[in-house]
Amino acid sequence: MSVLVFIEYKNKVSKAALEAVSYGSKIGKVSVVTYGNIDSSELEILGKYGAEKVLVHKGISSSNDQQITKLVAAAADQENSNVIVLAQDQTGKSIGPRIAAKLSAGHISGAIALPDTSNGFVVKTNVYSGKAFAHISVNTPIKVISLLANSLPPEMNEKTAQIVDFDADLGDARITVKEMKTQGEGIPLPEAELVVSAGRGLKGPENWGIVEELAESLGATTACSRPVADIGWRPHHEHVGQTGIAIRPNLYIAAGISGAIQHLAGVNGSKVIVVINTDSEAPFFKAADYGIVGDAFEVLPKLTEALNNFKASQN
Amino acid sequence: MKLLVCISKVPDTTSKINFVDNNTKFDESGVQYIVNPYDEWYALVRALELVEKHGGTVTTITVGTNADDPTIRKALAIGANDAVRIDANPNDPFFVAKQIANYASKENFDIVLTGKETINYNGSQVGGMVAELLDLPYVSLATKLNVDGETATLERDVQGGIEVVEVNTPFVLSAAKGMAEQRIPNMRGIMAARTKPLKVIPADSQEDLSSVVKFELPEAKSGCKYIDPENMNELVDLLHNEAKVI
Ligand SMILES: Cc1cc2nc3c(=O)[nH]c(=O)nc-3n(C[C@H](O)[C@H](O)[C@H](O)COP(=O)(O)OP(=O)(O)OC[C@H]3O[C@@H](n4cnc5c(N)ncnc54)[C@H](O)[C@@H]3O)c2cc1C
Ligand SMILES: Nc1ncnc2c1ncn2[C@@H]1O[C@H](COP(=O)(O)O)[C@@H](O)[C@H]1O
Repeated sequence: MSVLVFIEYKNKVSKAALEAVSYGSKIGKVSVVTYGNIDSSELEILGKYGAEKVLVHKGISSSNDQQITKLVAAAADQENSNVIVLAQDQTGKSIGPRIAAKLSAGHISGAIALPDTSNGFVVKTNVYSGKAFAHISVNTPIKVISLLANSLPPEMNEKTAQIVDFDADLGDARITVKEMKTQGEGIPLPEAELVVSAGRGLKGPENWGIVEELAESLGATTACSRPVADIGWRPHHEHVGQTGIAIRPNLYIAAGISGAIQHLAGVNGSKVIVVINTDSEAPFFKAADYGIVGDAFEVLPKLTEALNNFKASQN
Repeated sequence: MKLLVCISKVPDTTSKINFVDNNTKFDESGVQYIVNPYDEWYALVRALELVEKHGGTVTTITVGTNADDPTIRKALAIGANDAVRIDANPNDPFFVAKQIANYASKENFDIVLTGKETINYNGSQVGGMVAELLDLPYVSLATKLNVDGETATLERDVQGGIEVVEVNTPFVLSAAKGMAEQRIPNMRGIMAARTKPLKVIPADSQEDLSSVVKFELPEAKSGCKYIDPENMNELVDLLHNEAKVI
């Protein structure tokens, strides 16, 4: 099969991009399409994960949904692609469905496994806010798959990527970007492998120091429950759950969060869950791998200390 | 201003998720349906606020069966002027998008508003497909929306931050948290909703591009291992040697 992977290059090749290329190379021969004024040497790494060709459109520099859709469609046409793969991140949510509609292609959004081609073309995705999975069959000649972050780790598949300029008429940008407000340093939540999260049990924003110290010691990203973001103790982009961000890190540590079903909806894809709560009846313990019935104000600093000792002993 | 808000019905957020018929159908027994929170709290309420300020109408559109009517009435009770239901039992986002686009292409809507995603399918697909079918710009994951004449200014979630963008009407958006505050319908709204127009129109034919083969529930956790709060060294050891996540 011929696979086209769309990636976005923002100062570096992201982990999401490597995941998409690696995923694609397990389905077929991979060409990548991207845009921007990128130095070829920066893109060579894509070859290590299975890309044989990288098409770069240098005529545009910002992600405009209609232009990107035309770019991907033109590349898919040139490469005779049967499968188009992209990351299910904010850009993916914006252009994945557009590309699918343009190519009259069935679209799997939020894939968490490779396609099963033993009987048609069936891909597993998350549904019901992480409370279930669906196996979805695509019935069209071209398939568009957007991949949920942290579902399949990128694997090396050494190839030499041929990096070529690609030109196509992309029309005008009909959305004008006026300003970009960057938020937070460090690894964005959807990509984070380690997450430390806290809820109303922390009593007030002034108490978040112990959460941040643990996160720093771990190299983790911080998150929070919804009420905590609603009352303004923490920024909105930290809010995880049904109405916030859905994450699937390797480790999710939750302190002072009750584990309401709407919170779990955003985090139950985590590989390992640690729950710290004073109430042994808190529903979150049912979803936990490791539980500590105790006061977050005492447990968090002790955990940070234990981690620091562990790190010191590893060096 | 003429606004179209796409409304879908979803199981209440506290519903037990189970499947029947060999895991091919969602088990509806005992399930309460609500308006998809993103459609109701964000898209619909912001549309109503804009019309209250600038004048105009808010129409809702739903691709569904008469089982959707109670949630459509709820949207009317919150304040939409009228509703359209395309009569079908949809299984595929492209089918839904096609119906909505076909209807919208015959009317001159300034903005088509969808929710960020349905909380049952989580596809985040319908809005982008409608935009492509109508050849309109699509502002996805919008958290703020203001309109001044033919120009709209929005904030949207993008990787690493928030983008402030400008776009001319007509366009399509998907609404995320931040756009508006939830509104509870009052008695007058509920009474008025009973007599507001709900037009049912037949669906156009369109093949499904995808279909669900089967559902699956995640494996239950094998049980929580409890650790003494005084012994965080043990937790670190387990995370390193047993779970292998640090
Ligand atoms: C439609 C809908 C959508 C929603 N979406 C979301 C969502 O996306 N994300 C989300 O998080 N919520 C969401 N909610 C809200 C959700 O139902 C809960 O209300 C919320 O998750 C509770 O947050 P919390 O656990 O921080 O607070 P609480 O429920 O107040 O729990 C605080 C917990 O802290 C514990 N505690 C107290 N003191 C300490 C201490 N010193 N040390 C350790 N533990 C302590 C308590 O025992 C308790 O379990 C949604 C609700 C609805 C209706
Ligand atoms: N059956 C439907 N009828 C009307 N609008 C819908 C329907 N399904 C989805 N939508 C709209 O499309 C958005 C995204 O849905 P989805 O692609 O299923 O995540 C929802 O928030 C709704 O606004």
